[in-house]
Amino acid sequence: MDLTQLLAQYPHEENRLIDLLLDIQKQKNNHFISEQEIQMVAKHIGVSEAKVCSVISFYTLLSFHPRGRYVIQICRDIPCHINHSASIVGTLEQLLGIQMGQTTQNGLFSLEYSSCLGHCDAPPSMRIDGRTYVHLTPDKVKAIISEYRGRTP
Amino acid sequence: MERKLISARCGVINPLSIDDYIKTGGYVALRKALRMERIEILEEISDSKLRGRGGAGFLTSTKMMGLAKESGPMKYIVCNADEGEPGNFKDRFLIENDPHQIIEGMAIIAFATRANHGYIYVRGEYDHAIEVLQWTLLEARKHKFLGNNIMDSDFSFDIELRSGAGSYVCGEEFALIESIEGKPGRTRVKPPFPTSIGLFGKPTLIQNVETLVNIPAILTMGGKAYSKIGMPNCTGTKLISLSGNVKNKGVYEIPFGISIRKVIFELGGGIENNKKLKMVQLGGACGPFIPEYMLDMLIDYERFEEFESKTGAGAIIVVDDRFDLFDLMLRVVRFFEHESCGKCTPCREGHAQLVILLQKFIDKKASMKDLISIESLARVMHQTALCGLGQSSPTAIISTLRYFRDEYIDRCDIWTN
Amino acid sequence: MIQLKINNIELSVPEKTTILNAARMNNINIPTLCYYPDLGLQSDCRICVVEIDGQKGLATSCSTKVREGMVVKTNSPRVLNARKTITELILSNHDANCTACPKNLKCELQSLANKLGIDQNRFEPVLRVKPIDTSNPSLIRNPNRCIKCGRCIDVCKNVQGMNVLELMGRGHDAEITPAYGRFLSDESCTYCGQCASVCPVGAIIENDETDRVWKQLHDKDKTTIVQVAPAVRVSLGEALGLPIGSIVTGKLVTALKLLGFHYVFDTDFTADLTIIEEGHELLHRVTNNGVLPMITSCCPGWINYAEQRYPSILSHISTCKSPQQMFGALAKTYFTKIIQKEPKDVIVVSIMPCTAKKYEAKRDEMKSDGIHQDVDIVLTTRELSKMLDQMGVDFAKLDETPFDNPFGITTGAAAIFGATGGVMEAALRTVYEVVNHQPLESIELTEVRGLDGIKETSVELGGNVYRFAVAHSLSNAKTLVDQVSNGTSPYTFIEIMCCPGGCIGGGGQPYGTIQKTRRDRIEATYLLDQSMPLRKSHESPAVKEIYRAFLGEPLGELSHKLLHTHYHSRQHT
Repeated sequence: MDLTQLLAQYPHEENRLIDLLLDIQKQKNNHFISEQEIQMVAKHIGVSEAKVCSVISFYTLLSFHPRGRYVIQICRDIPCHINHSASIVGTLEQLLGIQMGQTTQNGLFSLEYSSCLGHCDAPPSMRIDGRTYVHLTPDKVKAIISEYRGRTP
Repeated sequence: MERKLISARCGVINPLSIDDYIKTGGYVALRKALRMERIEILEEISDSKLRGRGGAGFLTSTKMMGLAKESGPMKYIVCNADEGEPGNFKDRFLIENDPHQIIEGMAIIAFATRANHGYIYVRGEYDHAIEVLQWTLLEARKHKFLGNNIMDSDFSFDIELRSGAGSYVCGEEFALIESIEGKPGRTRVKPPFPTSIGLFGKPTLIQNVETLVNIPAILTMGGKAYSKIGMPNCTGTKLISLSGNVKNKGVYEIPFGISIRKVIFELGGGIENNKKLKMVQLGGACGPFIPEYMLDMLIDYERFEEFESKTGAGAIIVVDDRFDLFDLMLRVVRFFEHESCGKCTPCREGHAQLVILLQKFIDKKASMKDLISIESLARVMHQTALCGLGQSSPTAIISTLRYFRDEYIDRCDIWTN
Repeated sequence: MIQLKINNIELSVPEKTTILNAARMNNINIPTLCYYPDLGLQSDCRICVVEIDGQKGLATSCSTKVREGMVVKTNSPRVLNARKTITELILSNHDANCTACPKNLKCELQSLANKLGIDQNRFEPVLRVKPIDTSNPSLIRNPNRCIKCGRCIDVCKNVQGMNVLELMGRGHDAEITPAYGRFLSDESCTYCGQCASVCPVGAIIENDETDRVWKQLHDKDKTTIVQVAPAVRVSLGEALGLPIGSIVTGKLVTALKLLGFHYVFDTDFTADLTIIEEGHELLHRVTNNGVLPMITSCCPGWINYAEQRYPSILSHISTCKSPQQMFGALAKTYFTKIIQKEPKDVIVVSIMPCTAKKYEAKRDEMKSDGIHQDVDIVLTTRELSKMLDQMGVDFAKLDETPFDNPFGITTGAAAIFGATGGVMEAALRTVYEVVNHQPLESIELTEVRGLDGIKETSVELGGNVYRFAVAHSLSNAKTLVDQVSNGTSPYTFIEIMCCPGGCIGGGGQPYGTIQKTRRDRIEATYLLDQSMPLRKSHESPAVKEIYRAFLGEPLGELSHKLLHTHYHSRQHT
C-alpha cells in the first residue's frame, strides 16, 4: 500500500505514532522506516522528526535500517540459554552464512537477538515475521528455513 | 496441589469461542456486578485482600479506591500485558487460553470505579496473543459485554488494544502510559501516581492481566471466601511460570503458601537429565538467585519482600549445576543494560560498569577492591534508580553476593589491589 | 506550614515545598545537577538524593515534597556514597579533559565532583568518542561531554516549542541528538542558544571567536570598530562579579577601549534608526493597504524560525535589518568614508547577548559592498567576559567612558530594545507622536512590559484604534504566528523575540539565567530608559544628523539599499 493511503487511515494523533510506524514496517519487504517516511509521518502526526526518531530508536521492533524479508529473532535470555539456544544461533549462522546482526546478501533473512519471547515453557524459541517457533532443534531450524526459502519465487 | 481458580478453562474451552466462555460461567460476574452498588464491589475486592500479580504486590483495592475517588469525565483502566520479564509467560497463557476473563475483569473494575475507557497494552512480540485479543474484543462488543449500555444497563465502557514495539521497561506503569501516548517508554517522576494523573493526564488504574482475571472469580465466590485461599496476608492463587532445567515446564496455578521445592519437584517433576539443581532465579531477570537450601521458602509476597524486587510475578527459573553463576549474571545485567531507558544515571551508566566488573570475575582478574565496588554499585543503583527497572536489576548481584559469596571470593585474586 | 527535621534541625516550611527548596531556604545546600529552577523537573541525574526515615531507598529531594513530621538526612554516609558513586558513573562516560574545555571552572559537573571530593574514579572510562558538531557559525555541540541531563531538550521543546533535540536510543547508548543524529545546520534550529545557556557542562557552547578578535585587535593594518547591543550593558556585570542587574555601560566602553578597539559605538544608535525606518514602514503599510500585521525583524532567532517554519508569512516581517546589521552597513559605508578607509581594512565586531547573531552576520544579504560582511565577528556577552578575564582587568574598578561619535548618542527608546516589549514600546512612542501630532499621555506603555508570554495593547492612531501584540520565546510566538498564518490575527503590529524575556534573556548571556535574573535585568533596562535625557527615537539628534548627512529620508533609496533586507524560505524538505 502507498504510504499516503496508509497515513489516511490514521488520525493526526501522537498516541497512534507507534501503531503507525509498526504498520509502515509491516507493509514493507525490508521492514524499516526511511528518512522520507519519517518526514511524512512527522508531518501527519504533527510532531518533530526528532520525536519520531526518538521513538524508532527506542523500540527494538522498529528500525532505521533495511532488514531482511524475514527477520529472525532469537531469544537470548536465561530460560532459552540454558536450553541450548546457542546451538540454534550456530545453526542459523551456518545455514544463512551470516553472523547475528547481519542480513543475507539476497535480502531474504536478518538475524537478530531478542529479549525473552515469553515461550520459556518450550525452549529454545525464535520469532520470524510475526510467528514464534518453539522447542527448536538444529534439524527443526533447518526445516523451517528451507520452508521460508521455498516461499519466495 | 494445584488449585484452578483462574486457569480452569485454560486448555479446556475454545478460547476463541465466546459461547464456550459463557457456557462455563463467563460474564456471570459482570452481570452480578452491574446489579450491585459500586461500593459493594469495592468492598468485595477489599475483603478478598487481592494483591497485584505484576510482581510488586500492592493491594488491588487500595489502587481501585484511589481511582474511584477521582472525579472528572475521563478515567482509564489499563491492562498491563507487557509481559517481558524473562522467565514469565503466564499472562500470554491467560490471554491465549481464556481471553474473555480479562475483559470481564476490566469491565467490572471500570463499572466499580466509574472508568469509561480501557486499554490493553500487549507486548509487540506476542503476535498470537494480539490476534486472540482482537477477535475477543470484537466478540465481546457484538454480544454487548463492551460498548454502549453493556448488557442493557446504563453502563458504557470499551477497550482498545495497543501493541508495544519491543521494550521491556514499558511494563513499568508510567513507561507503559508514555508508550500508549506514542512516546518512548520512559517513566515519569512519582508522585503524582497514575491513579491521579495518568494516561493523557487523566486518572488511570493499571492492572496486570492475572490480577484482572481474579476479579470475576472474587465476585463469583465472594471476597471473604476468596481470602480464605492461600496465606492470611497473601490470599488467592498464583500462576507460576516454571522454566529452565526442569522436566515439566509450564504454567501452574497454586494457592499461595506452597514451597518452591514442591513446585519444582512435584509439579515440575524435578531436574531434567538427572542433573543436580544449582540455583533458582525467582521472579525473572529482576529477581534473586537462591541456592538449593532455600527452596523450602513458601511462595508468599511477605516472604519475597526481603528481596525488594518484583520477585512476585511468579517465575521460577531452575538452573542445574552445569551452568556458571557469573555467566548467567552477565546475561542478566546485559539484558538490563539493553532494556534500560537511558533516562536516569544509575541505570544508564551503572549497568555498563556492572558488565565490566562481572567480566573481571569471569576472567578471574578481579581484586577484593572490585568485590567492594560491585557490591557498592549494585546497592547504589538499587537505592537511587528512578524506576523499578534500575531498582530491581541489581537484585541478582545483591542476592548472589549474599548466597554465593564464596564464588566471588574464589574468583578474586586476593594479592592484587 | 509543615514541620520537619532536616539533619536534626527543626524546620517549618510552606506546604508543597520540595525537600530541596526546604533545605535551601534554611541554608542547607543539597547538590544538584539536572535540576534547573525554570525548567521542567527531570529528576534524572539522582545527585540530589537524601535519606528519609522509614523509606528504604533514597529519594530525590528535587521531586519529593515535604510531609509533616518527615525526618530527612542530606549528608549521611549512605547519601554521600550514593552521590559520589553516581558522579563517578557520570564521569566514567564523559570527556573529562577539563582544562581543554571552554566550561572549565564554570562547569557544574566539575564543581560537583570537586565539592564531593572526588579525586579518583573507581569505574573504567567507557566513553565512545563521537563526532563534534561544528556545522554552523553559532553553536558547537560536543556529545562527548554530554551527561544526558535533559535540560537542553526541555528548553528546546517546552520553552521554544522547537523540539530539535531528543534523547535517542536507550540504555547506555542513549544520546541527545537532532533527528537521525544529524548536525544542527541540517535541522530547523534557530541557533537561539537557549540550550547552551542551560547546559551544565560544555556539551553545547557558542562558537568561540575570541581568538579571532584578539588577532584583529593586534593587526596594525586594521581599524577595529565595536558595537554593543542594548542588553549587554545590564548583564555583563554579572559575569564579572557585580550584582545581577548592574548597569555597566560606562565601564564596558572603557573595557573595550582597553582591549584596543579604535572605535566603541552603541548599537542603540541603530536601534533608534530601526524605529524610524520600521515606524515609517508600518505607516506605509497601514496607509497603502500593505501586508498586515507587520512583524518585527530585530531578532535573528525569530527570522530563522520564520524562514524555516513559516515561509508563507515572510511578507509580514518588516524589511528592516536588525540594529546589528544596520550598524554594520553604516559602519562599512558611511563611517569608512568619514575615516577614509576601505571596507576591507575595517573590522566590525559586535557584542551581542545572542548566539543567532553569529549566524545573522554571516548571511549573504549582509554585504553592503557585495564582498565583505558588514559585521565581521560577533561575540556573545559570555565571550566578552572571557576576553576581559584574559586581559586581566578588574572590571568593577574601571572608570566610565562615553561611547564614541557619531554612533554614540542614543535615546531611552533604544535602551529598552533588550527587554521583551521594548521594541513595541519604542515604536509606539514614535508612531503615536508622528501620526497624532501630540505626545503619548504616558510615555511608559506598561501593558507591553513584563514576563507574561503574550502581551497586547491598543492605541488610537489618526482616529482609528489599532491592536498591537508582543510575544517572547518561540512557543508564545507560535500562537501569534499561527493567527497570522491562518488570517485571523487581530493585530496591526507584532513584536517577536525568540528568547524568554527578550534579548536580556538571550542565549549568549551570562550563565545561570533564571526568571529572577531576567526580572532584574529588565528592571535595570527600564531604569536606564528613565535616566536618559531623550526617550523617543525621533528626537535623537544623531539619527536626524545621519538622515541629513547621508541617508536622505526614511525608506529612501539609500535606506532601502543599506538598512532593509529580504527573507527567503529555508524550509527543510
